[in-house]
Amino acid sequence: MKILVCIKQVPNTTKVDIDEETGVLKRDGADTKLNPYDLFALETALWLKEERGGTVTALTMGPPQATAILKEAFMMGVDEGALLSDQAFAGSDVLATSYAMSQGISLMGDVDVIVCGKQTTDGDTAQVGPEIAEALDIPHATNVTKIIDVGDQGLRIEVEMGDSLELQDIPFPCLITVDADIFVPRLPSYKRKIATAQREIRTIKCSELPDQDPNRYGLSGSPTQVERIFPPESSTQKVMIKGTGDEAAVVFYEKLKELKFL
Amino acid sequence: MIGTYKAVSDADLDFIRSVVAAERVFSGAEISEDYSHDEHSGDAHFPEVYVQVLNAEELSKLVEYANEQNIPVIPRGAGTGLVGGSVPIYGGMMIGLEKMNRILELDEENLTITVESGVLLMEVAAFVEAHGLFYPPDPGEKAATIGGNIATNAGGMRAVKYGVTRDFVRGLEVVLPSGEIVELGGKVVKNSSGYSLKDLMIGSEGTLGFITKAILKLVPLPKKSISLLIPFEDISSAISAVPEIRKSEVTPTAIEFMERDVILDAEEYLGKKFPDKSSEAYLILTYDGNSKEEIEQNFSGVAEICFARGGLDLLIVDTDERKEVVWKARGAFLEAIKGSTTKLDECDVVVPVNQVSTFIQYLYTLKEKHDIRIKSFGHAGDGNVHIFILRDDLNEAAWQEKLSAVFEDLYQKAIELKGKVSGEHGIGYAKVAYLMEEESEAVLNIMKAIKLAFDPKNIMNPGKIIR
Repeated sequence: MKILVCIKQVPNTTKVDIDEETGVLKRDGADTKLNPYDLFALETALWLKEERGGTVTALTMGPPQATAILKEAFMMGVDEGALLSDQAFAGSDVLATSYAMSQGISLMGDVDVIVCGKQTTDGDTAQVGPEIAEALDIPHATNVTKIIDVGDQGLRIEVEMGDSLELQDIPFPCLITVDADIFVPRLPSYKRKIATAQREIRTIKCSELPDQDPNRYGLSGSPTQVERIFPPESSTQKVMIKGTGDEAAVVFYEKLKELKFL
Repeated sequence: MIGTYKAVSDADLDFIRSVVAAERVFSGAEISEDYSHDEHSGDAHFPEVYVQVLNAEELSKLVEYANEQNIPVIPRGAGTGLVGGSVPIYGGMMIGLEKMNRILELDEENLTITVESGVLLMEVAAFVEAHGLFYPPDPGEKAATIGGNIATNAGGMRAVKYGVTRDFVRGLEVVLPSGEIVELGGKVVKNSSGYSLKDLMIGSEGTLGFITKAILKLVPLPKKSISLLIPFEDISSAISAVPEIRKSEVTPTAIEFMERDVILDAEEYLGKKFPDKSSEAYLILTYDGNSKEEIEQNFSGVAEICFARGGLDLLIVDTDERKEVVWKARGAFLEAIKGSTTKLDECDVVVPVNQVSTFIQYLYTLKEKHDIRIKSFGHAGDGNVHIFILRDDLNEAAWQEKLSAVFEDLYQKAIELKGKVSGEHGIGYAKVAYLMEEESEAVLNIMKAIKLAFDPKNIMNPGKIIR
């Protein structure tokens, strides 16, 4: 089985500052990390490999220093890594990013499953995964919470639909984006770090991609126009529950359930 | 040393209400059940009156009066102690310092913070970190008060590199049992000026006076910290690596050990899986420094030491998400073990670091000898082992009998290995018998004389530390 994971390097901060004038995320270039949601994608891919054998390839797009997250993926057990890196990709929105990624994937041979994280912690759109699938013209499922079975022809998965769970059979080749907590991500290993220190990472330039239409990449391939970007308002809501301990416990329980804490 | 005390009368309550606003005085049924115990699993003892004070002056008047009237006074912080230190076993007046919770001064030139003793540890930590500074002591209970931390000389995981609470207390304001308010120590870094009464107050568990204010030492906040989760084939090989890790060029801030069965308890308790449980035993090391690269330079040396002793890998815990998973589990061990049984009792003996392995091996023999479940985890790097004896389905009589037999063996072994009764929880009333057994008569006599010098009528938190 050939498994591919899409990953991204994001700012290493729990709080992203936004320049409200320019609408651009203020990134501290020096301090980055692997997108936390992608850890679940990596673990899912490694789990699939352990179940059915095969290889796991990690693919990312970004500047040359994004190789750091591919090395980290090696430390978790990924077999191969590739980086889409070119000035021509600069300024890509979700559409241009997912198109470039899909083009990159088409160079990787016959991939059976593509696994993506649910979203990233910087852009937060959760669109790149599904758009890659559309560009590759393969079926996809988002918000996958469980892989129930790995068959010869496809996956049986559980999908979170907000107010219900859906059981889906999805045939290979396919793309899934996985929810946080589908698996507990393994920790990067020092031993693997040493063992993979010399492992090569393939860099893919725009000129190597099958589609050479410049209007599909970078700024010119990005129809998104950001009108305004601003930090979400945070508020502290207080709810006072009155009554006896037993009565209040029921109301409290219902409230927690309503807010999906339970 | 226990005399007879006067019961709190209506006249006493009138006096107390003349010093402190009536809404801060609670008596009889008004006293919450919370004040009858701490986190130790002993019997409930209610105070006769519970008073919240706002400043040292109020406190001074109350203590002076109690001293005259021969009424016991018991200092109370957040009530998170583990050995009954703030439990009013002789009734009397419990005085809560939780409302004395102001941060008074951050002195960035002397690197000190001055706080009232009711400020919580987590409040101090968050406040100084927001200013790029660091208060290293980190006992597990972050909702404890600083006063309580000082009174028990609380330790925590970072003791390996930074030391314990004592190492970070520069000065104290104390209300003595006579009611006098004194200042001990100060902002000075060095001090050779006579007996260090400040150091006598630290770890005195409320038996010598009330700590009302503290000047704490701070250090610059390290920019990064990375932990390593190191799986080993068994607990002996894990712990055998510790002395050499401590000797290596860079000191970790923490060296913790844990076993798989405790990890499984934590998974069950939290409903969250731990990232690795393929091994019987683990060490967790934490390193801090100014950059990821600086910290990572230490890893090859650590790997060499650990691999030579049966370490299987170094798993890297470097981001907030990874730290959350690992440290949340570590932080939940106590509650998780509690949740796995009907009742437990704990001891926190400390032995020389090179004896931890021997001590843990001995624990295994005790499980068999007494046919009882015993779990442990703790600070491998400073020799402080937390041991939990689990009651499970034993009846009360059998439980008490087994418990004292196990404790007897444990403390005996600790003394044989040149250890001490408590590494960080203190003596309270729960461990008095073991301290009496451990220390020589000469030492106990000095302790008693010190107690009497501060508190001739023995009104300050009677029944704690010494008899």
